[in-house]
Amino acid sequence: MSAATLPLAPEWRLPDRGRVGILGLIVAESAIFTIFVVAYLYYLGKSLAGPTPREVLHLPVLVSILLWSSSATVHLAVRALRAAKLQSFTRWWFLTIVLGSLFLAGTGREWYRLITEEGLTIRTNLFGTTFYSLVGLHASHVIVGLVMLTTVFLLALGGHVKATHAGRAEVLSLYWHFVDAVWVVVFTVVYVVGR
Amino acid sequence: MALSPPTVAAAHPAAGRIPLLGLLHEWVVTVDHKRLGLMYIGSGLLFFVVAGLEATILRLQLAVPGNALVPPQTFNQLMTLHGTTMVFFVGMPILLGFANYLVPLMIGARDMAFPRLNAFSFWMSLFGGLLLYSSLLAAEGLYGGSAAPDVGWFAYAPLTSRAFSRGNSTDYWNLALLVSGIGSIGTAINLIATTLCLRCRGMTLAKMPLYVWINFVVASLILVAISPLTAAQIMLLLDRFLGAHFFDTQAGGSAVLWQHFFWIFGHPEVYVLMLPGFAFASEIIPVFSRKVIFGYPVMVAATVSIAFIGLSVWAHHMFVVGMAPAANSFFAISTMLVAVPTGIKIFNWIATMWGGKIRFATPMLFCTAFLFQFLCAGLTGIMLACAPFDWQLSDSYFVVAHFHYVLVGSLLFTIFGAIYYWFPKATGRLLDETLGRWHFWLLVIGFNLTFLPQHFAGLAGMPRRIYTYEAGRGFEIWNQISSTGVIFQAAAIGCFLVNVARALFRGPPAGDDPWDGWTLEWSTTSPPPAYNFETPPEVRSRRPLWDQKHPGDPDWRYE
Repeated sequence: MSAATLPLAPEWRLPDRGRVGILGLIVAESAIFTIFVVAYLYYLGKSLAGPTPREVLHLPVLVSILLWSSSATVHLAVRALRAAKLQSFTRWWFLTIVLGSLFLAGTGREWYRLITEEGLTIRTNLFGTTFYSLVGLHASHVIVGLVMLTTVFLLALGGHVKATHAGRAEVLSLYWHFVDAVWVVVFTVVYVVGR
Repeated sequence: MALSPPTVAAAHPAAGRIPLLGLLHEWVVTVDHKRLGLMYIGSGLLFFVVAGLEATILRLQLAVPGNALVPPQTFNQLMTLHGTTMVFFVGMPILLGFANYLVPLMIGARDMAFPRLNAFSFWMSLFGGLLLYSSLLAAEGLYGGSAAPDVGWFAYAPLTSRAFSRGNSTDYWNLALLVSGIGSIGTAINLIATTLCLRCRGMTLAKMPLYVWINFVVASLILVAISPLTAAQIMLLLDRFLGAHFFDTQAGGSAVLWQHFFWIFGHPEVYVLMLPGFAFASEIIPVFSRKVIFGYPVMVAATVSIAFIGLSVWAHHMFVVGMAPAANSFFAISTMLVAVPTGIKIFNWIATMWGGKIRFATPMLFCTAFLFQFLCAGLTGIMLACAPFDWQLSDSYFVVAHFHYVLVGSLLFTIFGAIYYWFPKATGRLLDETLGRWHFWLLVIGFNLTFLPQHFAGLAGMPRRIYTYEAGRGFEIWNQISSTGVIFQAAAIGCFLVNVARALFRGPPAGDDPWDGWTLEWSTTSPPPAYNFETPPEVRSRRPLWDQKHPGDPDWRYE
């Protein structure tokens, strides 16, 4: 009786390491965001001095829609790359960067207004502390995403991105989807529930 | 590329000319999981000696009442460094190092999923440790602040605020752990991806060695356990440098919130440290009992349950804070619940040994002592889970005794077992059994002498973290016995270091499979080549080497 009498599975397929890796990172990042969200909710209405969220925050509808639609464009870009439509990939990818940048500019404008007009900084009160750190944590993730997206875009302009790289582009797109999904939570907590 | 062969050739003469520098260069730039694993373990052992010396000074100071060997401030610093170092720069690197070394070998892979991320994670971890210790050199004199961090390993607010912790000592603590935490998360992601994506043909999840299973669960736990600490530490950074108010009670912030955040990390961290110990025991006990592990699927299920329940027990560290009765009850019950899967594991190890042909080689000795001492640790754990009992004994030496039974009596013992077990694989040489026995017995005696009396000191009312105590309170005898134990422990560690040093240069050759093992790492050479396996192995059961050695009676028939 030899061991070979037990046939091995004819097909041996394992998940893609890039996908698993980025999902691991997303789990870890979600835990970090959870702690910041908990802190935000816990300190709601506990500020000893003004201003309060209701007084100074406006619903950032337009920039939020811009960010969320960038999830669609990055998805279309990856799909185009998989189909080897390189021009279409570059266009959608560039549009994603534009939408992300517009969102970031929106956050910048909001912060500028809050600091200069409303006098709210990170040291003003607990609202300022939790608001700037939560929104800032998200914005820093947008910045990291934009840096990576732009790197790929420049490589694509140089003709270095091929259909074989679709898997890697998808890994990056998963990170970008995560950044957008976090904004759903931040938007709800900060601008809907917290106001 | 046409240029690569000459580049490689050019590098070699250089390595030959300055062999030591060349060798060093090879180790610094390496992305090989085995070398990184060994460097992880090596750095952990280095910090182990340092943190052990710190503990020795603490014990000397407490040996007699009213002692003035070190001033109170120095005592606080030594205590903080001892705790922080042992958890983050001894426990984590050694355990992640073993996982790094063994997981790819056990699943028949040639390296980790992301070798460069692996190197990055190791160096982050090492430099985190060096950053912590650079506080000894750098922070002195700034604003009259203290040199080393002195806020305890859990750095409770508001002690960490600018008002109470001047200078930068707390920032060293904060940044060192932040940096090493990023390294741990990187390695955790790497271990998960390696386990899921690089298993050799035939190795389904249900055929992975328990060591791989448990470390996979640990890596998943790291993702959700270390990240909250990272988040809380970012908040502390914002508080200390930008004037935010997260933990600033004067501005309405909450000091208790820090405790919650810290222990949301801190308690799962205990399982992150202890589960790999279970993993070592689950590999060593079957091989030295000559039986398969009893209840493999139950062991996996128990591991997963410990990880899940372990996420919801954190506030048992905070019973004396004054939580609501509902919260106290919840955390007391969830804590007692952990005892169920843990108890299952203990019974399974005993059932594995039951009726086996047990060989008490050094690795098995350490694992046997682990079973006894871990039982003690578990029982005092259940005692402390009862909130009213904890109100009496929280922050007493009883707690110190409890968690040292976990981290020394259980974890350190399994780590030594693992070192004796896998040292031949990593170096190709056997450690000496006689010295190993001296090491084992001295450590058993020393460990129990040091930590058993601390239970009684705690019951007598001795608080932890005090730098001295008055005579006549009934603490003296326990502290004297406790400090005497250090001599035995130091002698044990001495035996170990001599044993390792001797074996490295003069140890007898180990051969590929000195223990008649069953998992894939024993099928390759000792030490394994850079590529681990010439041809990727194929697996039909949980004990591929048993199948190979006993073709007439393979395991896969019964699984």
